[in-house]
Amino acid sequence: MVYSMSQKEEFKIVNRVDPAFKRAVSSMHGAEKLSLCFQCGTCTAGCPISRFNDFYNPRKIARMIQLGLKDRLLSNDALWLCTTCYTCIDNCPQGVEMAYIIRALRNITVEERKVMPAIYRQILSNILKTGYVYAIPELRIKRRIQRGLPTLPKSDSKQIAKLFDAAQVSDILEKAETFDRVD
Amino acid sequence: MAEYLIFLGCVIPYRLQSYEISARRILEAFDIKLVEMPSFNCCGFPVDPINHELASLLAARNLCLAEDLEMNILTLCNGCFSSLNKTNRMLKEDRGFREKINKTLGEIGMEFKGSIEVKHLVHVLIEDVGIEEIKKAIKKPLRNIQVAQHSGCHLMRPSKYASPGGRGGMEMLKALIRATGAECLEYEDEDECCGNPIIGVNEEIPLQLAREKLEHVRAAGAQALITVCPFCHIMYDLNQSRIERKFGLRLGIPVFHYPQLLGLAMGLQPDELALNELRVKPDGLLKRIMG
Repeated sequence: MVYSMSQKEEFKIVNRVDPAFKRAVSSMHGAEKLSLCFQCGTCTAGCPISRFNDFYNPRKIARMIQLGLKDRLLSNDALWLCTTCYTCIDNCPQGVEMAYIIRALRNITVEERKVMPAIYRQILSNILKTGYVYAIPELRIKRRIQRGLPTLPKSDSKQIAKLFDAAQVSDILEKAETFDRVD
Repeated sequence: MAEYLIFLGCVIPYRLQSYEISARRILEAFDIKLVEMPSFNCCGFPVDPINHELASLLAARNLCLAEDLEMNILTLCNGCFSSLNKTNRMLKEDRGFREKINKTLGEIGMEFKGSIEVKHLVHVLIEDVGIEEIKKAIKKPLRNIQVAQHSGCHLMRPSKYASPGGRGGMEMLKALIRATGAECLEYEDEDECCGNPIIGVNEEIPLQLAREKLEHVRAAGAQALITVCPFCHIMYDLNQSRIERKFGLRLGIPVFHYPQLLGLAMGLQPDELALNELRVKPDGLLKRIMG
């Protein structure tokens, strides 16, 4: 098979090795035990998602981090398929918390590549504005009273904005590119 | 009796008031006093994939509000329970993490102290009310009714935080169902995820997971599926007609919020429990229960 120049460039990028990557990941909250993974594959066996997507294989993802295949990992949208069912965490004989490691990879992707699924931008901007994930229509809030339900508590947008700033999410929210779906 | 700060979350007031209405109804009947949150923000769960620090801060702000009132939190949603409970436990146990979060909370005049607990509705019913008290409150035992349960992931896992010993949340829900007099049937892959958290990026996988779950429930012969989480409920009730169309199936499995099932057994009327708001109409089953 003959590869084009651009394909060859792509191979170089996805196979580039960053030896410091495993330390960057395992320095993140919840991802500390990454180096304890001995590739038994229990995480993948119990994962409800792996059978739908060849890339989304927690065992393989752990190995790729250890090998420093940062670009190949972060350029693959399949990372967004984890449902956070936490089966992998409960099943791991080594106490590796794979779901938190996937979270760390997503967090790094957002921070460094400034890209996230569109749904998250919508969620974040709603929380910033109203405290709630959804823009709940006024009419629905008023109807609560007719139904004998208490009024909904309000957010404190000034405080929330400060938390967004402190975690440097305000900046990301402004600059990040978005994509709609993962196949 | 017990008193809790109720944390409704976002999904329930947005589109599942039937869960809130039925839960308030039964908690009132058991003399559990509910106090509304003085201020509110998202529990942090949907933000975690983007930024774990922000998710922890959002959870911690709610925890601090509860600490100020010296009250424990009761959630109806598994996502809220998971996020608030996990953050609460981690902040209590991990000094470095607590110092980091408290540094930022200081900027909004708050400090996490670690003085409260977070419980889900299921825990409050088991631990504060108790199975025996629930049995005493049953006026119309649901004899000859067979249902299946779906407790949802975040009531079970990670077991370190959600249910020390493994399947805690699921076993609790089964016991609560049996207390109504109904039979709780076992089925294949009972603890499998509903898939809802990724429906915003991929619809195919969650719909396929939900289809499999509903087919397993049907194969076991259950007349209804019982949930205790708005995310799971949406997958099985709201999306059931979509699943039927997409896969060319006929399912017709009613999906009740647990307090609706309990409420019926306690002799409450369907309209008091907002049963008319379910998408899959439970008419046949209601007839059997109401007699």
